[in-house]
Amino acid sequence: MDETSEPSRVPTRLMVDGDTVLALPRHIKLRHDAGRGRWIILAPERVFNPDETAVEVLQRLDGQRSVSEIAEALSQEYQAPLDVVTTDIVAMLQDLTDKGVLIQAKRG
Amino acid sequence: MNEIAPTHVTETAMPDVARIADGQPACETGPDAALCARAPIGMLCELTHRCPLQCPYCSNPVELERANVELTTAEWQDVMRQAAQLGVLQIHLSGGEPTARKDLEEIVRVAAEVGLYTNLITAGVTLTRERLAKLVEVGLDHVQLSVQDVDPENADRIAAYKGGMKKKIEVAGWVKEAGLPLTINCPIHRQNIHNVPRMIEFAVEMGAGRVEIAHVQYYAWALVNRASLMPTKEAFLKAAKQVEEAREKYKGVIVIDAIVPDYYAKFPKPCMGGWARGIVNITPSGRVLPCHAAESIKTLAFDNIKDKPLAEIWLNGAAFQAYRGTSWMKEPCRSCPRKEIDYGGCRCQAFALTGDATNTDPACSLSPLHAQWQAVAEVESHSEPPEFVYRRVGGAAKKLETHNVS
Repeated sequence: MDETSEPSRVPTRLMVDGDTVLALPRHIKLRHDAGRGRWIILAPERVFNPDETAVEVLQRLDGQRSVSEIAEALSQEYQAPLDVVTTDIVAMLQDLTDKGVLIQAKRG
Repeated sequence: MNEIAPTHVTETAMPDVARIADGQPACETGPDAALCARAPIGMLCELTHRCPLQCPYCSNPVELERANVELTTAEWQDVMRQAAQLGVLQIHLSGGEPTARKDLEEIVRVAAEVGLYTNLITAGVTLTRERLAKLVEVGLDHVQLSVQDVDPENADRIAAYKGGMKKKIEVAGWVKEAGLPLTINCPIHRQNIHNVPRMIEFAVEMGAGRVEIAHVQYYAWALVNRASLMPTKEAFLKAAKQVEEAREKYKGVIVIDAIVPDYYAKFPKPCMGGWARGIVNITPSGRVLPCHAAESIKTLAFDNIKDKPLAEIWLNGAAFQAYRGTSWMKEPCRSCPRKEIDYGGCRCQAFALTGDATNTDPACSLSPLHAQWQAVAEVESHSEPPEFVYRRVGGAAKKLETHNVS
C-alpha cells in the first residue's frame, strides 16, 4: 500500500476548502494522450478530459500544498484575482473529489 | 454529473466519430495520431466463457464458446499491444469468469506494460488473496465485483452457486487491503429490485468508490429469461427514486451509476454510445465485435483477431462499418433530430424484434412496434415468473424462439 491510499474508511463527504490538501490516489492516472492531443484522467470505468486550467491545478497536487497555496501561485502566475481563482478551483476540486478522483493527502 | 459550475473537466466515454464522411473509411491504418483520434476508448475482453455461476441474465451469447477455442496467452498479449498502439485507453477483463484463465496475470502484466488501464470484472468466488496480490503486483488498476443480491440465499438461487456472498465480502476486503478502487456491480431485475437501497448500503460498507445499479438488459440469456426478470413499471420507478435519494445521501462517498431497462425509458438508449464508435469487444475465440451482443445479428459476418490486425478490423471491418455513423438509417431515424444522440437505439434489439437491424429500435416511440413491445413488459412483469433457464452450455435450446413479439 502506498502513502496516498485512503485511511480506514469513514463514509463522509470530504468538503474541499482553502486548507484542504489533496492528492491523486495511485489508481487515478493523469496522462497526456499524445495520439488524441489532449490530457486525460483515467479512473475506474471513466475517462475525464481536463482543460489546461485543470491540468495546471492537478499537476500541483503534490500531497503537500494546500488549495489556497495553489490558488495563490496560479493567481500570481496568471495575474488573475485571487478570489476568482480560489472560487473556481475549489468548485472544480470539490467536483473531482465527489467523483472519487481526488483524496485527502496525509501531509508529511 | 455536471450539476455544479466546474467545466474545467468534462467526461467522455466516447472518442470522436470513427468515420469522417459517410461511406468512406476514416483513414488508413497505422500507429499515428490520426488513428488514435478515431480509436475506441474501451476494449471489452471476454477472456473465457467458463464461469462457476449460472446467472440467468448473463450477457454472454446463448451459444457459449468452449475452452478449446480460446485465444492463447500470446494471442491475448498481442491483442493488448495492438490495442495500445491503436489508442485504446482502458481494457475490461471479463468473461465468463476471467480468473478461470490461469494466465490472467500474464495478460494483465502486458496490458499494464503498454499503458492500458486495467479493470477486472469478476464474480470473485474463485479468487484467492494470493492471486489478487499477484494481479495487483503486475499492474491491475481496478476491480469490479458482481453481487447477485444482498440476501445471501436469494443470491445463491439467482447464480445457482452456494455460499457466494461470504466469499464476495472477503474479496472486497482484499481489494481494499491492496489499495485498489472497488466497484460493486448489482444486476437488477424483478427478483431483487426490492433490495436496491440495501445493495447501495452494502457497497458503501464494503468501501466501494462506485456502485452500479444495472438493470438487466434483455439480450442473450436475459431475453430468454425476460418473463422471469422484467420488473413492473411501478417497481422500476420506485427503485429509480431510491437511487436518487441514495445519490443525495451518499454524495462524495460513493458514485452511483444506474442503468435503466429501456422498456421503461422515454427514448431508446444510445447503445454502446453509437455502433463502432467508442468500444470494441473481443470474444474468447478472438472474434472482434462492435458490441458483446452483436453476434445475435445473423446477417453480419465478424473478423477474427487471428486473421487481421485489430486496427484494420476496427476501421474497415464489414460488421463495424455496417451501422457506423448515420448513413445506414432508414426513416424515421434518418430525418430524426435525435439521430446523433441515440443513434436509433440498439441494432441487436431492432434485429431481434423486427428481423432487420436497420429498423428503429422498438424502444423508440416512433417505431411501429413500440406499443406492442411495451405491452410485452406490462404483461410479463405482472404474470407469475417462470423458472429460470440457467446459463449453461445447451441450457437455452428450447426457449430461444419464444419471446419475440413479431
